[in-house]
Amino acid sequence: MSDHDVSTWRQRFLYTAPADDRSRMRAVANNLILHLHPTKVPAPALRWTYTWGLGGISATLAVLLIITGVVLMFRYDASVERAYTSIQYLETEVAFGSLVRALHHWSANLLVVTAFLHLVRVFLTGGFKVGRAANWVVGLILLLVVVAFNFTGYLLPWDQLAFWAITVGTSLLSYVPLAGTAVANFLLGGPEVGQAALRNFYAIHVAVLPAILILLMSYHFWKVRKDGGISQPPSAPGERVERLTTIPHLVQIEFAAAAVLIMGLFLWAVFVPAPLEALADPGHPPNPAKAAWYFLGLQELLLHMHPLAALLLPGLVLAAFVAIPYLDRQEDNVGTYFRSAVGRQIALLGALYAVGLIPLLVIIDEYWLDFPALLPGLPTLISNGLIPLLLTLGGLAALYLLFRSTNKANKSEALVGLFVFVVVGLVLLTLIGIFFRGANMALVLPF
Amino acid sequence: MTEQTNDTTKLSRRDFLKLGVGALSALALLEVGGASLMFLQPRSLEGEFGGQVIAGLVDSFPQGSVVEFPDGRFYLIHAPDGGFLAVYRRCTHLGCTVEWQPDTNHFFCPCHASSFDIVGDVENPPAPRALDTFPLTIDAGQVIVDTSTIRTRDNFTPEQLVYA
Repeated sequence: MSDHDVSTWRQRFLYTAPADDRSRMRAVANNLILHLHPTKVPAPALRWTYTWGLGGISATLAVLLIITGVVLMFRYDASVERAYTSIQYLETEVAFGSLVRALHHWSANLLVVTAFLHLVRVFLTGGFKVGRAANWVVGLILLLVVVAFNFTGYLLPWDQLAFWAITVGTSLLSYVPLAGTAVANFLLGGPEVGQAALRNFYAIHVAVLPAILILLMSYHFWKVRKDGGISQPPSAPGERVERLTTIPHLVQIEFAAAAVLIMGLFLWAVFVPAPLEALADPGHPPNPAKAAWYFLGLQELLLHMHPLAALLLPGLVLAAFVAIPYLDRQEDNVGTYFRSAVGRQIALLGALYAVGLIPLLVIIDEYWLDFPALLPGLPTLISNGLIPLLLTLGGLAALYLLFRSTNKANKSEALVGLFVFVVVGLVLLTLIGIFFRGANMALVLPF
Repeated sequence: MTEQTNDTTKLSRRDFLKLGVGALSALALLEVGGASLMFLQPRSLEGEFGGQVIAGLVDSFPQGSVVEFPDGRFYLIHAPDGGFLAVYRRCTHLGCTVEWQPDTNHFFCPCHASSFDIVGDVENPPAPRALDTFPLTIDAGQVIVDTSTIRTRDNFTPEQLVYA
């Protein structure tokens, strides 16, 4: 064996990086996985406080979920008679069964958080600007795919949470005019959550969604490169941005982040097993019947509005998110958190308004405001649906105009304020749903 | 090229083939789509729910009583005035199972706190309409409930009651 052969083998198995920059760049270009990266990255793009590594963490979680998910498939039985017992068996009899299930469960929960924070980060730094609109939309679809994964996944244990969360979630669909009931029946394979629904959700969860996820993730990564790397502030004319080789500068950070993440998850999963409620009982919903925690913000809306309005509101917000690259076309402020000093101030105001207003509105609506009683002649679809929906949208519009006029914000900065208000509002509604709703979904104190 | 006429109403061979391939592809897509929908269409739950349920003799249900039939997913109501009514136990708000509470005389949904009176009328929203009903017949003193058809109603009217 020649010296050359020895060094190549060492590189392959001991992960020794090649010695000079040129060979390091070639190593990236010639490797399937590393080829997702450019051979060199701008030094500012590597700042941890710019990305917080959220995209990479989400991707790592997706890989963990696929691995643990495939392992779980060997022990899970998608039938109404045996699904719950197969989970109990996993938890008590199968070697490392509880650990694998806990890893899958907690990774899925964490992915909702990191994917959402990734969206927030990309919005706040203007990552959808300068030709990145398409990838922003793909990212939004990926977030919906993650939510769909969680929705289909939590039916599978066939416990009380599973059964009632899916019953309530699919009943929501029946409020969509014209096609709603047909779509709900199609998804469930019948009028009620039963064997057909479990089978359908299992197939969607383990085959349809993973295929979509892998395709879209690949596209998402490829497009980042195609768009010239992640968003960065425009450089001044004549300024030269330092560019570092991907090996070791980027790969080292990614490797360290993945190692810390996986270690943290394992520790957490060892000590906190995935929850499993009582066996699903179609005759007796639990009280309170709550959805999984990440849907409780939407469930909170249901307590205040007609279901169609409670569906339309997040739908409209989502549509606005899709439209954001077309609403905020100012390109010179890309790559700076909150756009500018004014934007920072507006964002703080947006957060403060949300903290002040949202809990207050929830309390007022809970105890005093009753549109159907105030307007007895009108159908509830209008009195409890259209009116609160229009009031909410009107409030958001008023907030935008307030930022524009009194705070002298430009379009881009005012949208940051509105975005922060909506995001903080959603987080607050979710917290209210998790901690402040007790029996009969009445407002309670958690302590 | 010299052979080609400028007459645009005439279809060239190339355009004909293009159009043909396009149309056949669209047809194939429709067929595959239709076949997939048919393949995946809802399966009816035979036997368990969706058939005729013989509830029992008229005399076995005292006036003002509500009896649950878990397999048929309904409550049989013998209204205080003597009429019979079978209501689907699924809450009209978001599909949770309502519970009959005899001490306070109403149906209660624990999911979003809707409540309904003894004939299924909404007492407390968010439920948008009265509990759904099943067609009910009385034959030779037997109460028979047909769970294959779910009837929706906005509110209770006396015609919905069936008398022995």
